[in-house]
Amino acid sequence: MLTDEKVRELTLQANLIRQSTIEELLLAKSGHSAGPLGMTDIFTYFYFHALRHDPKRPDWAERDRFVLSNGHICPGLYATLAHAGYFPLEELKTLRKLGSRLQGHPHREWLSCVETSSGPLGSGLSQAAGMALSDKMDYGATATRHIYCFISDGELQEGNSWEGIMFAGKYKLNNLITVIDYNNIQIEGLVSDVMPLEPLADKWKSFNWHVIEVDGHDFRAIDEAVEQAKSISAQPTVIIAHTIPGKGVSYMERNYKWHGNPPNAEQAAQAIAELKEAALKI
Amino acid sequence: MLNPNLKLNPKIWNDDVEMLPIRHGFGEGLLKAAETDESIVGICADLTESTKMNLFADKFPKRFVQVGVAEQNLVTVASGMAAMGKFPFVSSYAMFSPGRNWEQIRTTICYNDVPVVVAGSHAGISVGPDGGTHQALEDIALMRVLPNMIVLTPCDAIEARKATLAIAKLRKPAYIRLAREKSPVITTEETPFEIGKAQVLFETDGLAHVGVIACGALVHGAMRAAQKLEKEGIRVKVMNIGTIKPLDVNAIVALAKETKSLVTVEEHQIAGGLGSAVAECLASTVPTPMEFVGMKDKYGESGSPAELVEHFGMGTTAIIEAIRRAVDRKQK
Repeated sequence: MLTDEKVRELTLQANLIRQSTIEELLLAKSGHSAGPLGMTDIFTYFYFHALRHDPKRPDWAERDRFVLSNGHICPGLYATLAHAGYFPLEELKTLRKLGSRLQGHPHREWLSCVETSSGPLGSGLSQAAGMALSDKMDYGATATRHIYCFISDGELQEGNSWEGIMFAGKYKLNNLITVIDYNNIQIEGLVSDVMPLEPLADKWKSFNWHVIEVDGHDFRAIDEAVEQAKSISAQPTVIIAHTIPGKGVSYMERNYKWHGNPPNAEQAAQAIAELKEAALKI
Repeated sequence: MLNPNLKLNPKIWNDDVEMLPIRHGFGEGLLKAAETDESIVGICADLTESTKMNLFADKFPKRFVQVGVAEQNLVTVASGMAAMGKFPFVSSYAMFSPGRNWEQIRTTICYNDVPVVVAGSHAGISVGPDGGTHQALEDIALMRVLPNMIVLTPCDAIEARKATLAIAKLRKPAYIRLAREKSPVITTEETPFEIGKAQVLFETDGLAHVGVIACGALVHGAMRAAQKLEKEGIRVKVMNIGTIKPLDVNAIVALAKETKSLVTVEEHQIAGGLGSAVAECLASTVPTPMEFVGMKDKYGESGSPAELVEHFGMGTTAIIEAIRRAVDRKQK
């Protein structure tokens, strides 16, 4: 159970990461806004609490693996990585610029603290499953490392996703923990309109996964879900995280039109002002 | 005449020449490589026996992964395993891998630059009765456009084994193209093999009139064509391209300079395959008239392998005609 102090610390950290995300997107003049803001609390929870990692040694062999499948929310991941100490905050200003390590979608070869390149949707979970199976091959039941994979709701429309889900169920990869960013938006509208996923929990259950649903902005609920997932012995776990796209910025929240756009200067100023005001209340 | 330096199969012209499917060499090579490299894993999409990965799977069941009929998962699971230090070899039919999972190969293997070997069996028209849906005639094009990817096209089962062992040592992203049907064994254990090196298998006494550049199972037909024309006084050199990428530019340029007229031969669409690769190479070095033997922007159909190779203009007769055209163009 997270202490009040820890929750406060994570909340404050997430607020700073959201501010950095807005600044990144403003300078980049393109990129995705709603998804990164919606997943910031979960990014923060992992990089500032749950993950076994060391920002000073990104290639540390014993680290947990974190695979971002929906690469388009990388402005949020980059901001989190910078705040965690993987690279200077200053570098965030290079997002999407020529020669930058911070590509529009993550490029593993240039930025080694991301575990894979992603962007084309639907293939991250299979890669994470391959990582989890690799550990099972090497260590069997004594494998202690966890492989975490973040996927989006929209990318569950990809067939490759379900191939990976079926595969992880077959091999009982209990060292694989997947988090779905269930914000119900995609480029052209609401996921529930474009191509509905429900009954989503039942789908995963029928593929032999352990399923937990949480409020994706409740640190204690997220922590309890992850702890429960770690205790599952013969199944992979999916945490369906109900998130609010654009979280923390009033005019972006729940508006699918912010899926793939950056704020302009005026909008960014408002967003930062709102976030700073919220920070004062933490 | 056969290049004496390469120690080719002396029975190559005989009716009782050994016939083996090229895919067998892959299976044997993988098994042998895995005996010394414990990081090698095998992953298959429900075609373990047809792709000869069963040799590996039977010996190393704990290092074998069955993904079922799911080629996108096949290569992405492989990418994840490679990221953890494994060296995955994945096999299916070329039509499905890389036919169906090209983007996953591009992003998760090549863009990530992780060592995964994609073995595409049942490539070419010689798949036979299964018909056009199963005859991969586009896979060389799909794979050779990818940065970081090595593309291997062995001409017989022995070369396929050597190519598999060589790529296992190199530990890079690679595609190895295999055929289903039995084809004549051209090389021997003593024939040298090196990734990126082309070899002139059929030599001439004096400068050649035409050079033939071939890959895969059709290399034998190309050699047969050269042997027949030798009797008419038309001197033809036949080069085997075991590696389409990286292409042996020096060897191809040397052959083009000598013959000033070339024919390429492949079981693949003319667009984008070996012929295109050679043309790209020569257009920027020594522009040379070329004739292309391959699939002419069509799909295949059911039939026996030999029938189909003839029907679609890739048999010995068609190669001889192409060589004659190449001679004519040179004289003009």
